[in-house]
Amino acid sequence: MEPLSWGQIGLQLLIQFIPVWIALALTFALSITYKRRLGLYGKLFDNVIGMVGFGLVMFWVYTALAVGLFDWVVTHDPLSAATGMKNKVPGTPLRGAEDGDYAYYLLGGDTLARDVFSRMVAGAWVVIRIAPLATLFAFMVGITLGLPAGYFGGRLDSALSFAANLILAFPVILLFYLLVTPEMVQTGIPSYMAIVLFLFPIIFLTVLINARYRTQPSRRNLMLAVLLFVLGWAYLSLISDPETRVAFLPERLDLFNIPGGILVVFVSVVFVNAPTVFRIVRGLTLDIKTRDYVAAAQTRGEGPWYIMLWEILPNTRGPLIVDFCLRIGYTTILLGTLGFFGLGLPPESPDWGTTINQGRKLLSIYPHPAIVPAVALLSMVLGLNLLADGLREESLKD
Amino acid sequence: MLLFLLKRVGTMILTALCLSFIVFFLTNLPPNLEKIAKYEGNSRMTDEEVTSWLENSGFNQPTLLRYGEWLGVVPGWTNERDDRITGRCISGELTAETAPSFCGVLQGYWGDSRVFREEVSTIVGVRLWMTGKLMLWVMLLMVPSALIIGVLAGMREGSKLDRTLSTVSIATTATPEYVSGVILIAVFASSAVGLKWFKGTATAAMENATFENFFLPVLTISLYGMGYIARMTRASMAEVMTAQYIRTARLKGVSFRNIVLKHALRNALIAPFTVIMLQFPWLLNGVVVVETLFNYKGLGWALVQAAGNNDVDLLLGISVVSVMVVLVTQLISDIGYVYLNPRIRIS
Repeated sequence: MEPLSWGQIGLQLLIQFIPVWIALALTFALSITYKRRLGLYGKLFDNVIGMVGFGLVMFWVYTALAVGLFDWVVTHDPLSAATGMKNKVPGTPLRGAEDGDYAYYLLGGDTLARDVFSRMVAGAWVVIRIAPLATLFAFMVGITLGLPAGYFGGRLDSALSFAANLILAFPVILLFYLLVTPEMVQTGIPSYMAIVLFLFPIIFLTVLINARYRTQPSRRNLMLAVLLFVLGWAYLSLISDPETRVAFLPERLDLFNIPGGILVVFVSVVFVNAPTVFRIVRGLTLDIKTRDYVAAAQTRGEGPWYIMLWEILPNTRGPLIVDFCLRIGYTTILLGTLGFFGLGLPPESPDWGTTINQGRKLLSIYPHPAIVPAVALLSMVLGLNLLADGLREESLKD
Repeated sequence: MLLFLLKRVGTMILTALCLSFIVFFLTNLPPNLEKIAKYEGNSRMTDEEVTSWLENSGFNQPTLLRYGEWLGVVPGWTNERDDRITGRCISGELTAETAPSFCGVLQGYWGDSRVFREEVSTIVGVRLWMTGKLMLWVMLLMVPSALIIGVLAGMREGSKLDRTLSTVSIATTATPEYVSGVILIAVFASSAVGLKWFKGTATAAMENATFENFFLPVLTISLYGMGYIARMTRASMAEVMTAQYIRTARLKGVSFRNIVLKHALRNALIAPFTVIMLQFPWLLNGVVVVETLFNYKGLGWALVQAAGNNDVDLLLGISVVSVMVVLVTQLISDIGYVYLNPRIRIS
C-alpha cells in the first residue's frame, strides 16, 4: 500500500474524531440556543475567545471519554508494538495488516514501534482522569484552610501562611524528586499524606451541611449520616491499600485500590497546588469579611462557619472559577513535568509527559513522536487558559 | 524600615532552616540510606551488612542530631573500630587529633558529592555560574520583550493590537518549557524539517556560548515567563491609562506618544517589577527542564543527577542555594516595591 499524503492524513484524522465532532456540535448547538438561561456559562458564548477555549477543552474531554469509556477514537492498542513500524513517518501503512486492523499508523510510530496517534488520544484519558480531580482536591484543601485563616486571622493565620510560603519557596521539581520515588512509596509517606489530604473534602462538606442545617437537627442528622457513610467508606477504601503500609480494611469492604504510582502523583500534585489556592482564598476572605452583609450576619448571631461557608464563599466564586480553569491547566503542565522526568507514572504509560520524554531522545532525526503529544498538551492548556480569560471577562461585565 | 528588614530576614532564615530540614529528613529516610549503603559498598549486601555499614558511617544517629551535624551546631560523630578512629570531620590529611570537632555548613563544609566525587561547594559554585549565565541572558531577552508587549497591549485597551498581543501572551503561558523546547528543536534544529539554524544541544555553550548554540535554550525559558509578565504589565498599563492625570494630559493636548512614554510608563512599571522578581521560583523550574532537554550542565542538571542518585549532600547544597535565591528575590521585590512606590510606607 502507498503511504498517505499529508492531506489524506488530515482527512483520516477528521474521520477518526467523528464521535468527538458530533458531541462538540451538539454541545455548542444546545448551549447557544439556551444561552440566555444558563447564567455565566451561557454568557461564555458571547465571547469569541471563551468559545474557542471552551471548544478546545471540550474536544479533549470528549476525546478522553470516547477513548476511555467506549474505545472509539484509538486506531491501535497504545501499548503494543507492531513489527517493522519503528520510527516510521506519519501515514505509513501497517505492515502485514489483517482484516479488522486499522491499515495505517496515522501519525507514525515511536521508538518502540507503537502508534503515536493512539498513544496521544489514550494520553488524554490519563490527563482528564487526574488533572481536574487533583485540582478539585487542592481547592477543597485550600478553601477549608484559607477561609478560617482569613476570617479569624491571628496566630492561626500566621502559622498557616508560614506553612504555605514554606511549600511555595520549594522548587516544584525538587519536591517531586523527593516525593515521587519508589523508595518514598515504600516508606508510606505518600499514603500518610493521602490520609491527611483526602480528609479535607469530608471536613469541608460536613461543616458545610452542619452550618446550614444546624437549626433543623433531624434533617441535618439524616444528611450527615448519609454523607459520612458514603464519603467515609470511599475515603477508607481509597486510603487502605494492601500494597502499602496503610492496609486495615478487610478486602471484601475495600471498594477500589489506586496503584501506588498514581496515588503518589495525585498526592504530590494536590500538595503543590493547595498553598496557592489557600493564598487566593485567604486574600478574598480578608477582602469580603469587611462587607456589610457579613456584619449583618454577625449581628443576626450566625456562627463563624455559617458566615464563612454560606456568606463569604459564594461571593468568592467568580475569581475562584477562573482560577480553577487556570489551575487545571497548571496541573496538566505539572503532570507533564512529572512524566518528562520519568517520575511516578509507569514508563509505558501513554500520558503526554512520558511520551515527550521518550520521544526527545531522537528529536533531531524523528521529531514526530515528541511533537504530537507536545501539541496535544499545548492545545489543551491553551484551551483552559482561553476559557479562563473568557470567563473572567464575562464575569467582570456584571 | 530597619525593623521590617530584620523581621523579614528572620523569617527568611527560619524558612531556610525548615526547608533544609525537610530535604534532610526526606533524603535520609531508611530506604534511601539503604540505597546509599548499597551504592557505596556493593549492591548485594545483606541487611546486616547494610546496618553495620550505616553504623560505621555515622548514619545510625537520630535524624535531628545528624541535621545538627550537617548544619555545624553539633559536634561531628566519631567512631572507634579496630584501633582506627573514623568520623564526620576526619578525612584526607586530618587525623582524629587535628580534625575540628564541628564541621558543617556554618563552618563552610558542605560535604562531598557521592556521584561526582568532589566537594559540594565546588560543584555548586561551578554549576551556579553556568546557570547564572543562562539566567542573565534569559532576563535580558524576557524582561524587555515582555514589557514592550505589555505596554503596547495596555496603552489602547480593547484595540485589535491589544487582542492579538493578549492572545499571544496567553499562548506563551500555556506552553511549558518541555513543549516549547521540543517544538523549537524540531523546527529549528532537526534534520527532518531541515532548517538547521540552531544547535539542538547547548553542551558546547558551557565554554563558548554563541548565538547558534545558546539561543534556543534561552528562548525556551523566556517564552514561558514572558506571557505572564506581559499580562501583568498590560493590566497595570491599562489601569494607569484610565487615571485622572492621563486624561488631564490628553486634554492639555499632549501627544499620545508623550503621554505613554513620559506620563504613563513609569507608573505602569511598578507592578511588573514585583512580578518579575516573583518569577524566579518558576524560572528555576524552567531551568531544570531546559538544562535537561538541552544537556546544559548547570545547577538544574546537577539537581536531576543528585536527586536521581540520592546524592544527599549535593541535593541539600543545591536546594539550600535555590531556596535562598527564591527568598532573596522575594525580599528584593518587597524592598523594591516600597522604593518604587512612595505612597506605600512600611510602619
